[in-house]
Amino acid sequence: MKTFSNKEGALIIDKMILAIQENKQYLSDIDGLIGDGDHGINMNKGFTMCREELDNNPGDLAHSAKILSKILMMKIGGSMGPLYGKLYRGFASELSGKDEIGISEMGAALEGMLSSIQAISPAKPGDKTLIDTLVPAVEAFKKAQAEGKEFDVALDEMKAAAIVGRDSTKDMLAQLGRASRLGERSRGVLDAGATSCCLLLGVLADTSIELVK
Amino acid sequence: MQKFVNDPSKVVDEMLEAYVKVHADLVSTTENERVIKYKHAPVKGKVGIVTGGGSGHKPAFVGYVGRNMVDAVACGEIFSSPPAQMFYDAIKAADGGKGVALLYGNYAGDNMNVAMAMDEAEDEGIEVKKVVANDDVPSAPKGEEAKRRGVAGEILMWKVGGAKAAMGASLDEVIAAAQKAIKNTRSMGVGLAPCAIPEVGHPNFTIEEGKMEVGIGHHGEPGIEVCDLEPSAKIAQRFCNVILPDLPFESGDEVVVLISGLGSTPVMEQYIVFNDIEKILKERGIKIYLSYVGNYFTSLEMAGVTCTLMKLDEELKECMDYECDSVGMQQFQR
Repeated sequence: MKTFSNKEGALIIDKMILAIQENKQYLSDIDGLIGDGDHGINMNKGFTMCREELDNNPGDLAHSAKILSKILMMKIGGSMGPLYGKLYRGFASELSGKDEIGISEMGAALEGMLSSIQAISPAKPGDKTLIDTLVPAVEAFKKAQAEGKEFDVALDEMKAAAIVGRDSTKDMLAQLGRASRLGERSRGVLDAGATSCCLLLGVLADTSIELVK
Repeated sequence: MQKFVNDPSKVVDEMLEAYVKVHADLVSTTENERVIKYKHAPVKGKVGIVTGGGSGHKPAFVGYVGRNMVDAVACGEIFSSPPAQMFYDAIKAADGGKGVALLYGNYAGDNMNVAMAMDEAEDEGIEVKKVVANDDVPSAPKGEEAKRRGVAGEILMWKVGGAKAAMGASLDEVIAAAQKAIKNTRSMGVGLAPCAIPEVGHPNFTIEEGKMEVGIGHHGEPGIEVCDLEPSAKIAQRFCNVILPDLPFESGDEVVVLISGLGSTPVMEQYIVFNDIEKILKERGIKIYLSYVGNYFTSLEMAGVTCTLMKLDEELKECMDYECDSVGMQQFQR
C-alpha cells in the first residue's frame, strides 16, 4: 500500500507556494489577455503570506492547507481568494486527523476540493474557469482508484487530465466573471484560473509521487 | 507610464493613510486599515450603510463615507474585490444595533466575498441585508438584468439608502428604498483611452487613437462596439438611445442625471456631454430634477465618461434632497 504521512505531506504546500511564486508573471500575463492581469500578483500575495505564516507555525499537510485556505479566503479577495480558499478548505478538512495519506484519503480530499468550490460558485464545466481543470482531474483520479490502480498511477492520470482540462479552456467562450463580457474575444486564450489550478494539481501529483517512493 | 508612486503594491495603503489625515473631520480609520468609517459610526439606533469594492475608482468607494451617507467601506486592491474579512470588519464598524444594509456592485468576486462576510455576520448576530447594483445597461441584454454590472448608479443607491437610514427607517425600509433607487437607474460608459493597474504597469486593453469604445465597463470590460470617435452630441445620442428605452424613461418623468468622468477626461468635456444629454432629454419631455457633473466614479486614468439616469418618485426625491456630507457628494438643505 503506497502512502505518505500527513506530516511529510506538508512538503506539498511548500512546493505549491514555490510554484506560484515562480509563475507569478506568467499567470498575470495570461490573465492580462482577457482579464485584469493581476491573477499572478494576487495568488503570489496569498501564497507568500502563507509561507510567512507557516515559517512561524509549521505543521502537517492538513494544517498547511488550512492556513493557506484561511489566508486566501479572508485576506486576498477578488474572485480567486474565495474560490481557492474554499478549495483548500475542502482539501484540508478531508485530510485533518489522518496519519497516513494513501489513494482513498487523497481521493476524498480531491472530492472535498470540488464540492467546497461548487458550494460558492455556479461555474460548470465549459464555462472557461478553473472548474474545467478541476473536474476532469478529480474524475480521472476517482476512475483510476475505482479501477484498482496504484496511488502514484492515479496521481499521474490526475495530472494528465488536469493538463487536458486546462488546454480545453483555450477554445471556450468565457461564461462567468469579467472575461464573460468579451464574448468571442475570450476564445483562443487559456483561462488564468484553469492554468493556476493545473499548475497546483501538477505540484500535488509530482510531490505526492516523490513522497510515496 | 508616468505615475506618482513609491511601491506599486502599496498604492492603496498609502492613499488611505493620507485620506484619513486629509478628511479627519469626516472619517476615521478602524482596526482594519483597509476599512474606513464615518467618524461617528456606528451611529446608535441607525441602520448602518456599508459598501466596498476594488480600489482605483476614486472618489468611490471611500469618498462616499460620511454623514447620512455610507458608514463604513471595505477598500480592496486595485480593481479587485475586498476579501470577506474586510467586508465583515466594515459591517462591524457600521453596526449601530439596527442592522446593516450592504449596498455594492454586481461583480463575481464581490458577490462571493460579501456572501461569506454575511455568513460570518449572521454567526455573530448582526443582521445584514444587501442590494446589488446592476445599472450598467451594455453589460448584459434586457431580460438578463441580473448579470449587469454596477457602475456610477451605485452612488445614487448609497445616497438614497444613506438618507433613508438617517431618517430613522428600519433595515427593510432602507433596503427597499436602495433597491428602488437602483431599479430606477440606468448607466452606460464610453471609453476613449485605457488605464493601467500600477502593479501591472501597462494597460491590459487598448483603444486606438481616433476610436472610442461604446459601452465600456469600469475596469475596461469591452463594450458593445468600437467605432470612430464622434462629436459629443452624437455620443450623447448613443447614450440616450441605449439608456432611455431600457427602463424606459418617458415624457413627463423626472430624473437625476449623473455624468462622471472615468479619470483623465477633463471636467470641461464632461459638461459638454451633459449639455448634449440635457437637450435630448428636453426634446423628449424628460425633466431634470438634479444634475451632477464631475469625477464621481473613475477608473484610474481611463479617458471617457459614464452617463447615469435615475427616474424619481416622491420617496426618491426626498432621499436625494436629504442633507449629506461626504468627500464625493454633499447635499445642503434645498
